[in-house]
Amino acid sequence: MAKEIEKAGIPIVVLCNLLDVAKSVGVNKMVQTVSVPYPLGDPEMSPEEEWKLRYHRVGVALDALTKEVEDQTVFPTKI
Amino acid sequence: MLKAIHYINQFFGQVGGEDAADYRPTFHDELVGCSKMLNEMMDDVEVTHTIVCGDNYIASNTEEALKEIIDWLKGQEFDIFFAGPAFMAGRYGVGCGTVCKAVKETFGVPVITSMNEENPGVEMFHKDVYIFRGGRKATFMREDLQKMASFAQKIARNEELLPAEIEGYFPRGIRREIFHPEGIQAADRAVDMLLKKLKGEPFKTELPIPKREKVPVAPPIKDLSKATIALVGSSGVVPFDNPDRIQTASATKWGKYNIAGLDHLPKGKFKTIHAGYDPEAICEVPDRGMPVDAMRAYEKEGKIGKLHDYYYVTVGTGTTQAYAAKFGREIAAELKEAGVDGVLLVAT
Repeated sequence: MAKEIEKAGIPIVVLCNLLDVAKSVGVNKMVQTVSVPYPLGDPEMSPEEEWKLRYHRVGVALDALTKEVEDQTVFPTKI
Repeated sequence: MLKAIHYINQFFGQVGGEDAADYRPTFHDELVGCSKMLNEMMDDVEVTHTIVCGDNYIASNTEEALKEIIDWLKGQEFDIFFAGPAFMAGRYGVGCGTVCKAVKETFGVPVITSMNEENPGVEMFHKDVYIFRGGRKATFMREDLQKMASFAQKIARNEELLPAEIEGYFPRGIRREIFHPEGIQAADRAVDMLLKKLKGEPFKTELPIPKREKVPVAPPIKDLSKATIALVGSSGVVPFDNPDRIQTASATKWGKYNIAGLDHLPKGKFKTIHAGYDPEAICEVPDRGMPVDAMRAYEKEGKIGKLHDYYYVTVGTGTTQAYAAKFGREIAAELKEAGVDGVLLVAT
């Protein structure tokens, strides 16, 4: 799906857990998520911590939309 | 008699389903589940042990999982390593490929698995591992195991191993020179091929060049604070009654849902219908799979101009690449039409 959207000229960032899969299908911009059953959250965390995590990773992905990249790039996250 | 060890996931290892996907590797000298069936299929190879490991554990803690498995294998004697079959199960396929590749690199033994052609593990590991062409689901267990077993038997008997296409595994991209079986010279074959091409008849190259489609990076957004951003996903997060009846697996459609005025996706109004993972965490907090809350916060802060009024979603388990590409084209057309400037796609 990501490739077709990017082909249409719309910048796209894929947030996913299995980065190697995303790389092998040819995604250009990637941000890693926490896991498959809870990509942007963690039931083990307190609601406040979890919100910080989701807010942070979505923010990294939004910034990635503005970045010029040459090749496939994984944008690092801190939380 | 050669010795073999067999790797399977938590499901086929009879530990449990998605709830047990974080299961750490365990090692069994009494064969578990489909290992028994595999062992019974071979006269010249004995399966001595089963390794069982959770799909999420190997995917999320790859280094630790591999270390545990390789360290244990160092104490074992074996000549062949099996994994799977993984059918169309993506995480299982990637797990089988990851373990097989590490085993081959460490011990130099033949590594054999099986997957359906739609499994992402094929694209990732076909160069490193014998991956036999497998069925879509577990009803193909016997058939797929049989292919793996027959090939191992050939290795055990020192029989000549034929090209990928004849043996039934995905080509590894290795070229080996042979004499043409019917003795037809290269010049004759080339002219025959050219004539067929000129007549528009089908012909087959002897030097296939693998190609991987790369998409040029779309131009970046210059000013995020004026941009409209849309959320897209494969997490299966839909309104509670799943109004478009998107399938829980092998989806053939996608949906778009209005989120104008919503600060988050409330529990009980949205849920996930994805059948490929444990839905509990996302059903409890749907924003974990479709982060409307974080996007709305960034909209209020002015970091982005606008969160697009609709999000677009399908279920990404067992969904074929052909359907995924079709969904992508259809969604892209809608996004263009709506003037969306950028997309975050949450994949599961």
